[in-house]
Amino acid sequence: MKRVYVNEEWCLGCHLCEYNCAYANSGLKDMVVALKDKKIFPRIRVEGEDRITFAVSCRHCTDPICVKSCIAGAISKRDGVVRIDRNKCVGCLTCVLVCPYGALAPGEDGIMQKCELCLDNACGAPACVTGCPNRAIVYEERSETQ
Amino acid sequence: MGVEFIYPEFEVVRNYDRCIACRVCERQCANEVHFYSEERGVMISDEAKCVDCQRCVSLCPTRALKIVKSDSTLRENANWQNDTIKEIYKQANSGGVLLSSMGNPKPLPVYWDKILINASQVTNPPIDPLREPMETQVFLGKKPSRIERGKDGKIKCELPPQIALSLPVMFSAMSYGSISYNAHASLARAATELGILYNTGEGGLHEDFYKYGKNTVVQVASGRFGVHEDYLNAGAAIEIKMGQGAKPGIGGHLPGAKIVGDVSRTRMIPERSDAISPAPHHDIYSIEDLRQLVFSLKEATQYKKPVIVKVAAVHNIAAIASGIARSGADVIAIDGFRGGTGAAPTRIRDNVGIPVELALAAVDKRLRDEGIRGNVSLVVGGSIRSAADVIKAVALGADACYVATAALLALGCHLCRTCQSGKCNWGIATQRPDLVKRLNPDIGSARLVNLMTAWRHEIMEIMGGMGINSIEALRGNRLMLRGVGLNEKELEILGISHAGE
Ligand code: SF4
Ligand code: SF4
Ligand code: SF4
Ligand code: SF4
Repeated sequence: MKRVYVNEEWCLGCHLCEYNCAYANSGLKDMVVALKDKKIFPRIRVEGEDRITFAVSCRHCTDPICVKSCIAGAISKRDGVVRIDRNKCVGCLTCVLVCPYGALAPGEDGIMQKCELCLDNACGAPACVTGCPNRAIVYEERSETQ
Repeated sequence: MGVEFIYPEFEVVRNYDRCIACRVCERQCANEVHFYSEERGVMISDEAKCVDCQRCVSLCPTRALKIVKSDSTLRENANWQNDTIKEIYKQANSGGVLLSSMGNPKPLPVYWDKILINASQVTNPPIDPLREPMETQVFLGKKPSRIERGKDGKIKCELPPQIALSLPVMFSAMSYGSISYNAHASLARAATELGILYNTGEGGLHEDFYKYGKNTVVQVASGRFGVHEDYLNAGAAIEIKMGQGAKPGIGGHLPGAKIVGDVSRTRMIPERSDAISPAPHHDIYSIEDLRQLVFSLKEATQYKKPVIVKVAAVHNIAAIASGIARSGADVIAIDGFRGGTGAAPTRIRDNVGIPVELALAAVDKRLRDEGIRGNVSLVVGGSIRSAADVIKAVALGADACYVATAALLALGCHLCRTCQSGKCNWGIATQRPDLVKRLNPDIGSARLVNLMTAWRHEIMEIMGGMGINSIEALRGNRLMLRGVGLNEKELEILGISHAGE
């Protein structure tokens, strides 16, 4: 399946992916309305400083530890995509603790949220990838071993 | 401040209704124009540092930014224009020679724009390039002037070494040092994919790029940086750089600050030492001396590589070219006064040299008159901006064109003309690792391939319109050109008729 892969060599640390993510998941039609004067809660985070930066989001692990550890059964894997049912989340933060990539975090409402590859929002494909100016993140099919 | 103050050239206009304070502009501007004010909770800018490179404008996700020319003005004066006065102020402040980069921005005549191309109607049919074969391939090198037969009566078929190009365009010389590793990687990869050549410039060839040798022109300039036997043998052709259109008669100077790491290794000079290319080649003071260097280079490469001699278009270019055509060189490259540069004294860039259109027409005519046109191929550069310029150059007598500025534009250059600062926000004219990585060669080379593919299509369209199906049949075909708004003398030099004639 297609996943978001990181080419940290080309990451500029511009943080555009974070803003594009927050906008994509806002459900609003205008970025200014969605993000102006607001704290953003993106599902992708740019890590690192100065020389090396890279954007981290859910790896949609083959054997996701978050799915196994969620006490409310809110996280599941469907068609290769790890999804969270925010109605079931009880806010225990177990997933935040176990995810080795820090891919789960509370949203504005305190309920956990994570990258679901923009498959269910208006974008249809990861907005972070579409908006990345230097192809530092790509959305593509790769063999599992890579 | 006070008498030294010069009002900033540009204004940064931020639409606060749209700015979401994402700070992308702040992170992307190497000139440190934008910053976030914690106290006021908004973005502010110090426009005095802005060079109008458009990086922030291009990356702002909400289109909240624009850069405009400041309208703060000195009193209007046709003789003492604002720019002229400010240059005086700058020199009075610094006592230094003014430096500029990229090509001459002055409103001097662009002859390409005063030349129109013919098309077929009724009596001779145009050709549809989508349905019929159309040849854009050219070969650069010495061509035999007559048929020779061996003792057995068979025609001798061996030609001197040739360069094959899939279209009559090459990327011209830009050294590693003046432009970045990723810019070179993009040019090398695109040239290879396109079946054309790029040029190392005078900075040597990075070891990673030897694999693109078949599509590389290796340059030998007056500083002889990075020149050694393997380097000479690595390329498809060798270019002796005698001069450059942007700064004829002037050497080069890459400041020690840019001679770091791989740049120093590739140039074969110590880190942080200034790379100074002398104005002359210290071993060339005559055509005979040039001939010696041409043949030394041929000797070093077993006579397998064509030798290009690159000169700036200057007043007596026709006589110079005639000499070069007799020196044993295979190709003459002429660089016009609008050509780009990484840094040149402003006065030289804007006032020295002649338009390449006139130089080309004069050289082609002179070589034909002397019966030595076949000795050499002619390549012209110095602001070839489009497929139409290429067609016009070929019809005026060129075998191929050199393009550099257009190639850099494809890589993201926005012609802010501050290459000399080394802080190119587009990752081109810089060696700062954080800026260099802004140019991903996957993207850069694909854009170059796009540009040249588009030009190739346009060249075929225009040729088809003229009823010509091979670029070779267009070369020197000045009947296909007409001048508009040119005087008798200009038409005479260009060797073309006026429109309506
Ligand atoms: S948008 Fe791309 S280049 Fe910018 S921080 Fe994100 S991954 Fe890096
Ligand atoms: S949230 Fe973390 S553990 Fe779960 S699938 Fe994504 S990366 Fe893997
Ligand atoms: S120098 Fe370039 S990036 Fe900086 S403010 Fe000016 S246009 Fe924007
Ligand atoms: S990039 Fe645009 S939206 Fe972001 S802070 Fe700068 S001006 Fe504002």
